[in-house]
Amino acid sequence: MGLRRGHRARPGEWIIEKLIQAVGLSTIGLMVLILVFVGREALPVLMGRINTALVQPILPSKEIDSIPRDALRSYLELSRSQFEGMDRETLMAMMEAREEGFRDIPESFRADPDATVNTADWRRLLLPRQWTGYSRPEFVWQPVGTIHKYNLVPLLVGSLKVTLMGLLFAVPLSLGAALYVSQLAPVRFREWIKPMIELLAGIPSVVLGVFCLLVLSGVLQSFFGYQFRLNALVAGIGLGLTAVPLIFTIAEDSFTSVPRGYVQASLSLGASPWQAAWQIVLPSAMPGVVAAMILGFGRCLGETMVVLMASGNASMLSWSLFDSTRSMTATIAAEMAEAVSGGGHYRMLFLLGTLLFAISFVTHLIGDQIVRRLRRRLGGMA
Amino acid sequence: MMPFGASRRLGRWGGPTGIVGLTLTGLATLVLLAFLVALLTTVLSKGMPAFSWRFVSTIPRKDFFDVDSAAILPMVVGTSLRVLIMTVFVMPFGVVTAVYLTEYADPASPVTRGIRAAIGNIAGVPSIVFGLFGLGFFVNFLGRGLDGLTGSGVPVFGRPSLLWASLTLAVMTLPVVIVATEESLRSIPSGLREASLALGATKLETVWRIVLPQALPGILTGGILAVGRAAGEVAPILFTGAAYYTAELPGRLTDQFMDLGYHVYVLATQSPNVDQTAPILYATILALLALTLTLNVGAILLRSRMRRNLREAA
Repeated sequence: MGLRRGHRARPGEWIIEKLIQAVGLSTIGLMVLILVFVGREALPVLMGRINTALVQPILPSKEIDSIPRDALRSYLELSRSQFEGMDRETLMAMMEAREEGFRDIPESFRADPDATVNTADWRRLLLPRQWTGYSRPEFVWQPVGTIHKYNLVPLLVGSLKVTLMGLLFAVPLSLGAALYVSQLAPVRFREWIKPMIELLAGIPSVVLGVFCLLVLSGVLQSFFGYQFRLNALVAGIGLGLTAVPLIFTIAEDSFTSVPRGYVQASLSLGASPWQAAWQIVLPSAMPGVVAAMILGFGRCLGETMVVLMASGNASMLSWSLFDSTRSMTATIAAEMAEAVSGGGHYRMLFLLGTLLFAISFVTHLIGDQIVRRLRRRLGGMA
Repeated sequence: MMPFGASRRLGRWGGPTGIVGLTLTGLATLVLLAFLVALLTTVLSKGMPAFSWRFVSTIPRKDFFDVDSAAILPMVVGTSLRVLIMTVFVMPFGVVTAVYLTEYADPASPVTRGIRAAIGNIAGVPSIVFGLFGLGFFVNFLGRGLDGLTGSGVPVFGRPSLLWASLTLAVMTLPVVIVATEESLRSIPSGLREASLALGATKLETVWRIVLPQALPGILTGGILAVGRAAGEVAPILFTGAAYYTAELPGRLTDQFMDLGYHVYVLATQSPNVDQTAPILYATILALLALTLTLNVGAILLRSRMRRNLREAA
């Protein structure tokens, strides 16, 4: 223990200091709260407690005595206490009501195999299925019409596709610009280029969305001559623009914080400024560069408005950059308004949100680990 | 300054690879600047004609796609109110957390590392997920809970509103405020704290009278950055308070509101004739950009002045 410095806290101050600590700690609580309240709405789907099948299978009421009690209880969708409180007659009446309801469903509808499918089942969420009218098994996200199809694969692929396109655009440009601004540009350029690129951060994504939708899409289409005006390429470039200021700022910071002595030493050994920048500064700033790319990935994946406006929003499974694409974020934004609170569709959108939360959490974790490891290795080298 | 000008003159370009590298990185910078310039000139040239004092100061009729009578006063008011209310919540919370982290917490303890991880994670959560959180927690849980307590039959709190949208944004921008405040708290020479303590001040007095006043520019920067970020965000308020149309300006915390960013989205995607309504779309964007860019430029200037002062002091 060192010397006690300063006056000892007065009783009133002690309370205030405890309050400060409580506020600090509550940040952890806040994060848990986000996970709990987004995950809570998705939980019934994850637990397999949602059944969206329009036509449920029927157990004949005559066989009531031969059905196991647990099977009967789940068939009638009763809680344990409700079930215990009912006698045989009531149960029988409920089963007959179910049979009657079944008979009221039109024959043609009962014959459609899709009508008996629970579309919220995990197999339907992840595996392809040959729906009525399709020529082969396919991944379909289509929460409209009578049978809501909730396959997540097209949305996952869509999100990944536009994100990778965004990074493909943003990473080389931002890193190049950061290297130029921090190492190669004449000093008087540097002073106004840097704030200008950082100014991109002040442009709301909805404005970038409009720019992609009305200006960029036309320019790119006339240049490449592809079929869909709005597609993953346009959305990817828009996403890239939202990630540029983030990647640029972090990379520029880490280039600038490479000790000046490294550069001066290599210059005095006869290296050109470019050699110093490329062979000395870039490798020593690797942790920052990696961190920038990982954060950029998270930003692109989570961006909503640009994708919503510029990607065309068709939820088909395709890896082509020139096809119209729908991402997870855009799906939530576009469909929440029409989803019934507490219904299957509503829960499915929260499932997408939980997935996005989980991905951003894992990305952050991996990024932290990589940066720490790189920093340690570089520290050992120096 | 260029302390090693001599070596620079000797191998000025560094051979062919040097020239290629210099050209490519320079080009990358140029491309980014070109995008910025293209965007700003498009917005300015197409938005200026429809931009007028009348446009920002009147309440539009229900058909806001009508080019002659279009106006954006309710959206300007809505956006301003929601960032203002957000600031009231996020600033004290963020500043106190930063004070705890820099002045009180033991940097090596697992709890502190947990808090830092949580802040980093909140900063990385997609904005639309905050929208879902706002809907699930504020609107459905807190709001309906409050309605249940007051026992009124009609939902007052249990629906999207100005208050819930502002709180959602406050949660989202919390990391921005914490990080900026922390940076400025750390930049204060520890000698100041030691001197204060040596004169017999308590720790809290030192924080309140010495540290916080010194950190004010940095705290202000954090606040401006948070407002600048929140002002343009649309995704978090889609389900928590923004309205397609309201006849009146929001008067209570439980009212829904019209929003500049959301209005830009509506004008761009739901217009009956995009070409015809383009002038009001760009004029609305102009208003939004004027707001967010001013805030961001302000934050950049304030921060660079702060860092310069710091370098001179060191």
